[in-house]
Amino acid sequence: MASDLLEVGASEATEAQRMTGARALMSAMEKEGVRQVFGLPGGANLPMYDEFARCDIRHILVRHEQSAAHMADGFGRVSRKPGVCFATSGPGATNILTGIATAQADSAPMVAVTGQVPVAMIGRDAFQESDIIGMANPVVKYAFQPRDPADVPQSVRKGFFIAETGRPGPVLIDIPKDVQQNEADMVFPDEFRIRGYHPWTDPDVTNVERAIIMLLDAERPVILAGGGVIISAAFAELQATAELLMIPVVTTFKGKGAFPENHPLSLGPIGMHGHAEANRIIDQADCVLAIGTRFSDRSVGTFEDFERQRKIIHIDVDPSEIGKNQTTSLSVVGDVRASLRIMLRLLQKKPRLTEKTAWLKKAKETKSYWKENLKIHPGEMGAAKILRKLRELLPADSIVTTEVGQHQMWASLFFDVIRPGTFFSSTGLGTMGWGFPAAIGAKVAKPGVHVVDIAGDGSFNMTENSLATAVLEDIPVIVFLINNSSLGMVAQWQRTFYQRRMIGVDQGQCPDYVKLAESYGAQGIRAQSMAELDRAIKTALASDVVTVIDIPIDPEEDVLPFVAPGTPLKKMILPS
Amino acid sequence: MWAILSLVVENKPGILFKVTHMFRARNFNIDSISVGVMADPEYSKMTITTYGDSKQINQIVKQLSKMIDVIRVDHLDENMTVFRELCIFRIKLGNASDSMEVNKMAGAYGGKVHDVKRDSIMVELTATPDQIRAFEELVTPFGIVDVARTGVAALQRSGV
Repeated sequence: MASDLLEVGASEATEAQRMTGARALMSAMEKEGVRQVFGLPGGANLPMYDEFARCDIRHILVRHEQSAAHMADGFGRVSRKPGVCFATSGPGATNILTGIATAQADSAPMVAVTGQVPVAMIGRDAFQESDIIGMANPVVKYAFQPRDPADVPQSVRKGFFIAETGRPGPVLIDIPKDVQQNEADMVFPDEFRIRGYHPWTDPDVTNVERAIIMLLDAERPVILAGGGVIISAAFAELQATAELLMIPVVTTFKGKGAFPENHPLSLGPIGMHGHAEANRIIDQADCVLAIGTRFSDRSVGTFEDFERQRKIIHIDVDPSEIGKNQTTSLSVVGDVRASLRIMLRLLQKKPRLTEKTAWLKKAKETKSYWKENLKIHPGEMGAAKILRKLRELLPADSIVTTEVGQHQMWASLFFDVIRPGTFFSSTGLGTMGWGFPAAIGAKVAKPGVHVVDIAGDGSFNMTENSLATAVLEDIPVIVFLINNSSLGMVAQWQRTFYQRRMIGVDQGQCPDYVKLAESYGAQGIRAQSMAELDRAIKTALASDVVTVIDIPIDPEEDVLPFVAPGTPLKKMILPS
Repeated sequence: MWAILSLVVENKPGILFKVTHMFRARNFNIDSISVGVMADPEYSKMTITTYGDSKQINQIVKQLSKMIDVIRVDHLDENMTVFRELCIFRIKLGNASDSMEVNKMAGAYGGKVHDVKRDSIMVELTATPDQIRAFEELVTPFGIVDVARTGVAALQRSGV
């Protein structure tokens, strides 16, 4: 059984306490500092639910388990501590799978706890039995199935440790019902050892030194900041590195906001819907310092073109990312923040660095050219205009999540992240319906700031019943609903690649989102002009209640620039 | 490139599934796999042979190393390794002289003969995959009725 795989080290023998597995689960989570659980009860997790009556952990009821996982994910990304979700066995467990896979794809810390049928029933196709360990294996960082109540405390301790260390990820703890119910003498380990788990490697100083030499020798260097910068909160280090070296910074989409997007050196995200200036500049770079990125196909266009004729220096905490998608000239395996600190220390010892004046000038000119010349939708409620309005009114420390689709890419293009680490999106798995529950989780993690989900109608449909959770649990988030009454990104691909044969993308004017919000007890506001939008945003920010701002837009508006899949970044489709 | 990977893993149920699943999920191929408990019963040794270019083999090693249940991964140098596979053939016998022939061939490859019947004979062979392939070609004209192979087991020679 999974929980035995990891050996408990010589822990100071704390007095064993007799209690049930369910009680031990909650106690162990309290010791991990868990304050709330997002979940939904069912037959196989009733014993652990009963324990909420006897502990201080808040339960936040969802309307679908997938949303519980997304809330835990949003909480985890913002707090950098694993968010916790509960689901029952069978369909409850399979419902959270999408949420677990989303967290895995974006390296978000999460602990998912599922109920399972009693041990003796496993393998007998019992009611609501699913082999969730088998199903989840490819999308978790690790999975435990304690079969003895005494194994519960160490499963939790190790589960949290695995979820939040190194490259974070989701951990599943699947607990059979009798293991929850039965008593055992529980020892809560302080110290433990996991033989096959080595989350940290000290960055190789020699390679950092070589990286500096390569960067200084390069004529046209660029920093490519990925999600790893945000995960390791290396914002100050990244900015200091960029400013010391005076080289332009682009990001991946997941790395959006790793670097302030109003900074003079910032060119924004690269990729399929990257900023034109970012795609242009990285295409011309002769040396890329890639930090905490896995070179997703959506970021680099084609692997072959991206690594051609340029040196790539790759810093990443996960050694398996080195050389997976791109051949690199030099790699540094280690935590991004620790690696950048070494780089800064070495850089500060260097004599005054000569600026690459011509290259900087080029980057600056490219940036201002595209800022002035990128054609945007002419309508009053064009995506660029409404998102710039949101940026204008939203405090810089607010947290923004997105759903998945056109609105997400417009957010990437037109919503500048000013305060690093305040922008979150389902970038890897691309899970529609992620943004709203994730915003709820984010608001729970950071109740003092505004949290806005930049949404599209297609995605919002998928988890809109989380309005019930937000209203009843008083978690006031704002849904900024860019409503084109269609599955807009698919529609765009059909317009672009399928000769306008529009199949399965028209959502009609259904539902009425203002009435939908109101039916859940939330505030619904429709904004059909810039003046109305201005008022709506201000009302939402001032009112501190769950608000849906429905913003109807032209369904024909495309996201541009657009790099077609399988083509290099330089082949951007631009607005005509 | 053919590679022999030697893994030390936790000796618990479910690990074989995880390891083989990684190969499938990441589009790698397993040529052969053999698993057995080690001297310390907490661990099992898996020997996996696989094909791929050096970038793929490198990635396989990294993905395996990343797995928490995998304690250690070594990409063995063929020239510094003793590697063998056990293979049992059932070979068809057409006439009386066939038995003698097959016996001779088995002897040449260091094989053992079992279950000698009028119309078939079993040959047990412990050899490298190349030798097994060569023997297979040799006996194919007689007709191979059935075959069972264990996959490669390998151990690196101790250093000089």
